[in-house]
Amino acid sequence: MTTKPVIAPSTENTLSRRGFFMKLGILFNGLAAMVVAVPIVRFLLSSVARGQENGYLSWVSLGDVTNFPEGETRMTTFRNPFVMPTDGKTVNTACWVRRISGNQFQVFAINCAHLGCPVHWFPQSGLFMCPCHGGAYYRDGARASGPPERGLFEYPYKIEDGVLTINAGQLPTPGDPVASLSAEKPPCA
Amino acid sequence: MRLINKIGEWFDHRLQLTAPIREAAEHPVPRNTASWFYVFGSAALTVFILQLVTGILLALIYVPSGGEAWSSLQALNHQVTLGWFIRAMHGWGSNFMVAIVLIHMAQVFLFGAHKYPRELTWIVGVFLLLMTLGMAFTGQVMRFDQDAYWGLGIGASIASRVPIIGPAVVKLMLGGPIIAGATLSRFFALHVFVIPGMLIAFVSLHVLMVLKLGINEWPMPGRIVKRATYEAEYHAMTKSEGAPFVPYAIWKDMFFAAFIILAVAACAYYLGPFGPTGQPDPTIIQTAPKPDYFFLWLYALLSLLPPSLETPFLLICPPLVIIGLILLPFLSGEGEKSWRRRPIAVVSVRSVESAHERLERRSSARPIHTWHNRPRAAGCARVSGQAVSQLPLNRRYWGTKGASSG
Repeated sequence: MTTKPVIAPSTENTLSRRGFFMKLGILFNGLAAMVVAVPIVRFLLSSVARGQENGYLSWVSLGDVTNFPEGETRMTTFRNPFVMPTDGKTVNTACWVRRISGNQFQVFAINCAHLGCPVHWFPQSGLFMCPCHGGAYYRDGARASGPPERGLFEYPYKIEDGVLTINAGQLPTPGDPVASLSAEKPPCA
Repeated sequence: MRLINKIGEWFDHRLQLTAPIREAAEHPVPRNTASWFYVFGSAALTVFILQLVTGILLALIYVPSGGEAWSSLQALNHQVTLGWFIRAMHGWGSNFMVAIVLIHMAQVFLFGAHKYPRELTWIVGVFLLLMTLGMAFTGQVMRFDQDAYWGLGIGASIASRVPIIGPAVVKLMLGGPIIAGATLSRFFALHVFVIPGMLIAFVSLHVLMVLKLGINEWPMPGRIVKRATYEAEYHAMTKSEGAPFVPYAIWKDMFFAAFIILAVAACAYYLGPFGPTGQPDPTIIQTAPKPDYFFLWLYALLSLLPPSLETPFLLICPPLVIIGLILLPFLSGEGEKSWRRRPIAVVSVRSVESAHERLERRSSARPIHTWHNRPRAAGCARVSGQAVSQLPLNRRYWGTKGASSG
């Protein structure tokens, strides 16, 4: 004679067979979620991870130094070194090059240090001005007036075989100036 | 006729939806809520549906690629039959939606509808407002022109100011080191999938709660809301002097919904689509970027704040305002509902409104700099020559008005 299996009356303290399998099911789904979550999060944060330790920056040529007359500030453009196939014209970037004298340069980002609008150079007044909220900067990039808290963003540069190159590749923002003009300088240095 | 009935019965036997739909339609509402003041919620829903329809239509042509978005908008404006009209409906629809949601919010607040037991309806509404503003901002990015490009720069500059994680937030927002194709693609995903999906879910919750809890009765001065007694009083009121929502109250909603759709269509027809302004080429710097009207107040405010106050203001005020709105029904969950007995409520709505109006006016006055008033370096760029000159005169970009008042 075989004994029939008896279903134990479930009390609060004992784990029923069904309850056990449900918990196992939750655990199994948790595991699956983790396996999928890792690549999802890494995919989502890939642009952040790549940017760690200036991963987007590289040296970009702005052309022959003779293109920039001494004592003048001129706009020039370069192609951002990090390009995706769908970028279109957005990878073309403008910047202001000031040749002080000889091999002494200052290369400013086009973006206002307030909210990133494009600053314009006015040789008549010797000022950079922003069309958005009226930020103004002296010829050396130091803050002159308006809402910006600091001077213009400045790219590090070097001259190799008579070619001006800058270290660029990332949108400079007030919280992440990349390469920055440290403090406010006295007017018209 | 009998055949139609039979088909209807066949479906209802399986879906069993007729009874709950009838119950919802005929649920009793207080007679005094059949008022023209109560039409803004349904109007917001109407415009939202209109946005869904016109948005899907635009997606038939629009290409969310940094290299092609601008030209696909040109194709919509000039090549595709009535493409300009669908674009204009969507653009004007967004303006209407923001405005109606704000009016709805002010009305609900002044009528004390955020009080017990409708606290959660209000909180869900606050999230709906935030999502509506999110749609407005991401929508402005979809019009991938100069304003959209530099607007993203403004967004990135603000986001970068968050302590510690700011730079990471910027790269997450831009999808790379600069504003480019990846930026447009992720804003497209937000504008078309993420936020609309959340909006649909939250709107459903919002409407469900209105049905379950009943519409807010017309506030009478002296009729005090008490947690212990409110619900019984409300049910007694709807029982004794209530009327079925359909058809007693709904006809006003229907009239207003039709009026709003016609108003959006009229604006679209006579005033035309928004932009696109110049191409999103960062080397063309002859531009004076300006946001759409719902963010103009912020744009103006940013030129008036002293530099040292700006970062704290940008990072602390918005969360405080949002937390304040969420806490509001808990801080004043009982008591008077009528605006006649709530002077602080009236004054606060009035001051927000007039501050907004003043800032909006400021944004076209260009307060700080005077060089800007010189013969239109900025104005020309704002109305990108070719794109607009091809439109018939009555459909040209209307936003140039502000430029001449500079």
